[in-house]
Amino acid sequence: MPTQILIEAMQLLIVGLGAPLLTGLVRRVKARLQGRRGAGVLQPYADLRKLLAKEPVVSETTSWLFRFTPYLLAATMLLSALLVPLLTTQTPLRFLGNIIVLMYLFLLGTFFLALAGLDAGSAFGGMGSSRETAVAALAEPTVMIAIFAMAFRTGSTSLDEIVRRGASDSLLLLTPGHLLAFLAFFIVALAETGRLPVDNPATHLELTMIHEAMVLEYSGRYLMLIEWAAGMKLLIFLALLSNLFFPWGIASTVTPPALAVACIALIVKIGALAIGIAALETSVAKLRLFRLPALLSSSFALALLAVISFLFVK
Amino acid sequence: MAPGETVTVNLLLLALGGFGAGAAGALLAAREPAISRWVGHAGALIGAMAACALGVAGLAGGTLNVVIPALLPIGGFSLGMDRLSAFFVLVIATAAIPSAVYAVAYTHSYEGRSSLAGMGLGLNTFLAAMVLVVLARNALTFLVMWEAMSLASYFLVMTEAENRETEQAGWLYLVTTHAGFACLLIGFLLMAHGTGTMVLGEWRAASTAVDGPTRDAIFILLALGFGTKAGVVPLHIWLPKAHPAAPSHVSALMSGVMIKLGVYGLIRIGFDWLGVGASWWGGTVLVVAALSAVLGVLYALVEQDLKGLLAYSSVENIGIILIGVGAGMLFRSYRLDALASLALIAGLYHALNHAIFKPLLFMGAGAVIHATGTRNMEEMGGLIKRMPQTAACFLAGSIAIAALPPFNGFVSEWLMFQSLLLSFEIPITGVNLLFALSIAALALTGGLAAACFVKAFGISFLALPRSPAAEQAHEAPRMMRAPMALAAMACLALGVAPVGLLGLLNATVADLIGTPADMRFNWNGIVANDAFAIVSPLWIAVALVSLPALVLMTMRIIGSGGGSRTYETWGCGRALQTARFEYTGAAFANPFKRVFAPLYRPVRELDIRFHPESRMFVETITYRDQIRSIFEEALYGPIVRLVQRGAQRARIVQSGNVHLYLVYIFAALVALLALAG
Repeated sequence: MPTQILIEAMQLLIVGLGAPLLTGLVRRVKARLQGRRGAGVLQPYADLRKLLAKEPVVSETTSWLFRFTPYLLAATMLLSALLVPLLTTQTPLRFLGNIIVLMYLFLLGTFFLALAGLDAGSAFGGMGSSRETAVAALAEPTVMIAIFAMAFRTGSTSLDEIVRRGASDSLLLLTPGHLLAFLAFFIVALAETGRLPVDNPATHLELTMIHEAMVLEYSGRYLMLIEWAAGMKLLIFLALLSNLFFPWGIASTVTPPALAVACIALIVKIGALAIGIAALETSVAKLRLFRLPALLSSSFALALLAVISFLFVK
Repeated sequence: MAPGETVTVNLLLLALGGFGAGAAGALLAAREPAISRWVGHAGALIGAMAACALGVAGLAGGTLNVVIPALLPIGGFSLGMDRLSAFFVLVIATAAIPSAVYAVAYTHSYEGRSSLAGMGLGLNTFLAAMVLVVLARNALTFLVMWEAMSLASYFLVMTEAENRETEQAGWLYLVTTHAGFACLLIGFLLMAHGTGTMVLGEWRAASTAVDGPTRDAIFILLALGFGTKAGVVPLHIWLPKAHPAAPSHVSALMSGVMIKLGVYGLIRIGFDWLGVGASWWGGTVLVVAALSAVLGVLYALVEQDLKGLLAYSSVENIGIILIGVGAGMLFRSYRLDALASLALIAGLYHALNHAIFKPLLFMGAGAVIHATGTRNMEEMGGLIKRMPQTAACFLAGSIAIAALPPFNGFVSEWLMFQSLLLSFEIPITGVNLLFALSIAALALTGGLAAACFVKAFGISFLALPRSPAAEQAHEAPRMMRAPMALAAMACLALGVAPVGLLGLLNATVADLIGTPADMRFNWNGIVANDAFAIVSPLWIAVALVSLPALVLMTMRIIGSGGGSRTYETWGCGRALQTARFEYTGAAFANPFKRVFAPLYRPVRELDIRFHPESRMFVETITYRDQIRSIFEEALYGPIVRLVQRGAQRARIVQSGNVHLYLVYIFAALVALLALAG
């Protein structure tokens, strides 16, 4: 029991405290790749602290939904942090739900954030909500087909079971279906977390904003919660990508050395993916909004190909 | 009558007595509209509550066997109850109870406009007929009650017959429902002929005597008939017109329950009457269901009429339910009975859920229409402040129908995904791909439904009022709010504690299929197919309530003040904020319209009139953006034209001359005598 609480506490700490660091890392690497010095990797912590201390300004048009949403959003991310196998395949709270539950928790956050975007009655908020829900809806089929591919290979939809069976499968990376599913899931992760080429997290230009337009009316501690939650979502998606597709190093037994190895492995994998995202964001331009369906349908095609390739080796 | 049946028979009598008393009372008090509406709906409420008890008794294992030979020829008026019938009685009652309470207050505004006696009579007949359809145990009883249900609902749709739209909707409904009825009639007669019996309970065993092509024909005919009632694409065209035209409590019942009886029929033919069918039967149901789900929600998304949106969303939800039914049929044809049970459980669970949240949403829409006098979402807005309780209930319904935790839609959709994902156990590649595509369709539906209800709630209830009427809106009377709150709580209860219902559903499908689903569940959660899938709705709900509170407290402790400043919405420095600056529902749906343009085939018209002296100033802008229905133009248009042309030709025989008609009668008589001889 105490070890189980300890593991879940570590998961919460990794996601909750690691999220700003990840954001800072991506920004820093991006800056260096673009020939800028950039702010230190710890800058997001200072930003969040500043926002926390500031008095929020809330539009008089809004209702209780507007103030409630940031708390719910942070809560869905923390709950997700409890479900995802980060360090060990023995996640104590795995009975809470499988990968589908996780995806619906993210959708719940998007649903409320989109409502909050409409709540202030500004055109920006509505535009952001409309676009964000469109991207989320179009990404949903790819997510489920990628899950179908994984269920095919591992015979389960439970997160820890997928990781455990993946870890015992030595020919994992030689399976084409596996790599196709990874690519599909990676594109979806970019769309869901609002990264380039789908959305630019650094922009405040009206016509191109998606996520930023939706949360434009937020300030102070509410904005802090939303930015923190966005960081956590990115971290959870990267952790999923690392552990579901490259389950190396994850602890199968709960012992201090194994957990230490798992911790290092996780940091290395997420760091590598973060650098990858920074490189990608430096080298590609943002797609026009109405070009997005092409990107998302190609990721769908990849996921479907993954399923088909598993059908042939079945 | 078996000794154990006293309870169920008494409950049935109480239910029918309630409906009968309601109808009679409403008629007797026709001169006093206020009394008429109270008595009529009180009868409906008593009947619905008795039906609810009857359904629960039946699910617990109670049976029923009533035959009154004098009432109908060929087998008499015959009623019976197995668990599937009991479940659908429960579905009817769950939607009818809140709707009956709601109707008492809602029909107040019809006093002096429409006949409340007629509405009371229609509603009670409608409810009684629906209960009797699912209890019918004889082909003729079934068909007679089916027709009674259709006619009663037709008269309810025609309540506001003075509207031209209503008149057209009613006409369309009457035609399509009878086209469906004709298919049913032929199907039932073929079946009775093939099996040699009119007793529905004997069909399953006797269906082996029917030869293959006839069985296929019966399946197609009955599927067409039931599919029309269920409103699957492309047989749905009547639904989005007829449901919004009816008074809101009737829309609630039509969308929440009546279309489910089409599902009931499809389950009967897929799992009971015709035995185990060919795999293409299940495949067809699955494909049609997936199409209905996606197209239904896509049409809902671009709808500006709040009730129209809800009606299209019913097409979507029927699609979701039938994905479960179709998948179950497919699994069964590959002898994977446990998986068939799981898929059917998911479908039935969703059917019950939809019978709760769709009436809730229609009641909410009715309250809003009552308060603002419009069905157009673009003229609502800001209602969350003026009607806070209605808004909270509508929000609960929206979260539930978007299948988000911790409400009931999530549980059924989760079960649905699990059963579809397990399809890799079927050893045929083509079928695996079919399942993969239906998983994608269901996922797309889920995402689009979330967007659709962000729009429905966000545009109608949030931001500034978009019209003077919305500004003047007032909260609905208590009699209308109470049933909505009840339904919202039921959504939550079935979302966090699926335990009891799952047990009953597993027993229901086990009766039908023979093998229960491989599923363990308790208060802590559900485990399907040996750790293949795990979920704990209760603890997720607990976490979703406690974690936001925890975040709030932590923030207070680490020193964030609780204060905030209120100011106007930022708008790039413009002077004032009006509702004209808000994002509209049409704008919200625009990205979807562009992405799915080949489907919507929108017609856009932009007409700008400039000031005569300078093109820098615009006097008026008219923008029209209409979508065109593929089905109405490409599928039904030619049929309608064909019928019209045929009717023109047939007019030749109608001369108006009495003598000629006498000749026709004589000729017919001679022909008949010759045939008989």
